Amino acid sequence: MAVKTLTIDDRLVSAREEETVLDAAREAGIHIPTLCYLEGVSEVGACRLCLVEVAGSSKLQPACVTKVAEGMEIQTNTDRLQNYRRIIVEMLFAEGNHVCSVCVANGNCELQDLAIEMGMDHVRLEYQFPDRQVDLSHDRFGMDHNRCVLCTRCVRVCDELEGVHTWDMAGRGSQSHVITDLNQPWGTSQTCTSCGKCVEACPTGAIFHQGSSVGEMVHDRARIEFIATARQKQQW
Amino acid sequence: MTTRQQIRSTKGVSLKHPSGDKRFQILDATMKRHQYQQDALIEILHKAQELFGYLENDLLLYVAHSLKLPPSRVYGVATFYHLFSLAPKGIHRCVVCTGTACYVKGAAALLAAVEQSAQIHAGETTADNQLSLSIARCLGACGIAPAVVFDGTVCGHQTPELVGDRLKEYLGKEQ
Ligand code: SF4
Ligand code: SF4
Ligand code: FES
Ligand code: FES
Repeated sequence: MAVKTLTIDDRLVSAREEETVLDAAREAGIHIPTLCYLEGVSEVGACRLCLVEVAGSSKLQPACVTKVAEGMEIQTNTDRLQNYRRIIVEMLFAEGNHVCSVCVANGNCELQDLAIEMGMDHVRLEYQFPDRQVDLSHDRFGMDHNRCVLCTRCVRVCDELEGVHTWDMAGRGSQSHVITDLNQPWGTSQTCTSCGKCVEACPTGAIFHQGSSVGEMVHDRARIEFIATARQKQQW
Repeated sequence: MTTRQQIRSTKGVSLKHPSGDKRFQILDATMKRHQYQQDALIEILHKAQELFGYLENDLLLYVAHSLKLPPSRVYGVATFYHLFSLAPKGIHRCVVCTGTACYVKGAAALLAAVEQSAQIHAGETTADNQLSLSIARCLGACGIAPAVVFDGTVCGHQTPELVGDRLKEYLGKEQ
């Protein structure tokens, strides 16, 4: 197992060659913000919140999908990065309809946490107020597209862990949205096993347990990671 | 082919298509030619649309089951590409390219001319089902910009007049 040595925020860090910059940073206790990344499923590099600066390259690299290399010099929290991250979070808020005060995930939301972390006291962009649907057809779960940030975490847990691939992305550009089966009401899905993994995986209040009221939707991410790795770690 | 093979193959077909719809047999043959490979999805959706005119949910489900792909994946692909349509199309089709080159050469005026004479917007079909209008982002024919596709044929150097004449042909048929 080859080991690579690199510096992250001027600290010498060593990592296994198959690890990503994000893995290496986390092991060293260095925080890099993420949103589409979810421990236990594959990475897609979709949200760009984890962008870092790599010395010798003008291009920013997403830490969650960038493999470590010998001698790499990484900066994770420069002014430029902080500025970009705040803009990304503002764009996410402006693109959907995120009203924290009435949201089931208020206080337990990764998007909200990011906004706080970036010091986003207001959104400088124009709100889009898209016309989006709410699907309450499933017996146990609900889906509010207004709160979806299109991270595809639900798509990946359902495909990679549960193995039924109920969710996917449809449309393109500003019309992109997640769907169940043939864009049909979730409750009529032929593939969903009602396992609840997507509910735990969703970073916002988009997917929730039916009957949860404001702030009641607490996600259990550790559960996803446990399901993904328990067998290989022989934790059963 | 031996008689037994013949019986088996006819049996297979009749089992699959109680509807007796020949188009499904052609679609099956296409999928077979691609060895039911999942990465041939786009080609197969093209064939399905060519045969049936548009991609109905049942048809998407049929393709999903045949290729052993999740229905949501098939739906996602079908809605990602502008060339696929999930709703019935008119008898004639007009696609105005609004890619950069065509735009610079006056695509906006062409589109306005079509919308004006057909009284529909891009993405719609006329009430008499004669014409469907859509837009595309670069057809790869920038050299002859501005380009418009009439019933699958790319026509270059279009003007509002040329487009208007063609539309008269299409829309006039009813009268
Ligand atoms: S409940 Fe389970 S099976 Fe159903 S959509 Fe969510 S992850 Fe997939
Ligand atoms: S529903 Fe939740 S998990 Fe799925 S894409 Fe939207 S925000 Fe992400
Ligand atoms: S966490 Fe790396 S791109 Fe989303
Ligand atoms: S922009 Fe119209 S063909 Fe390229």
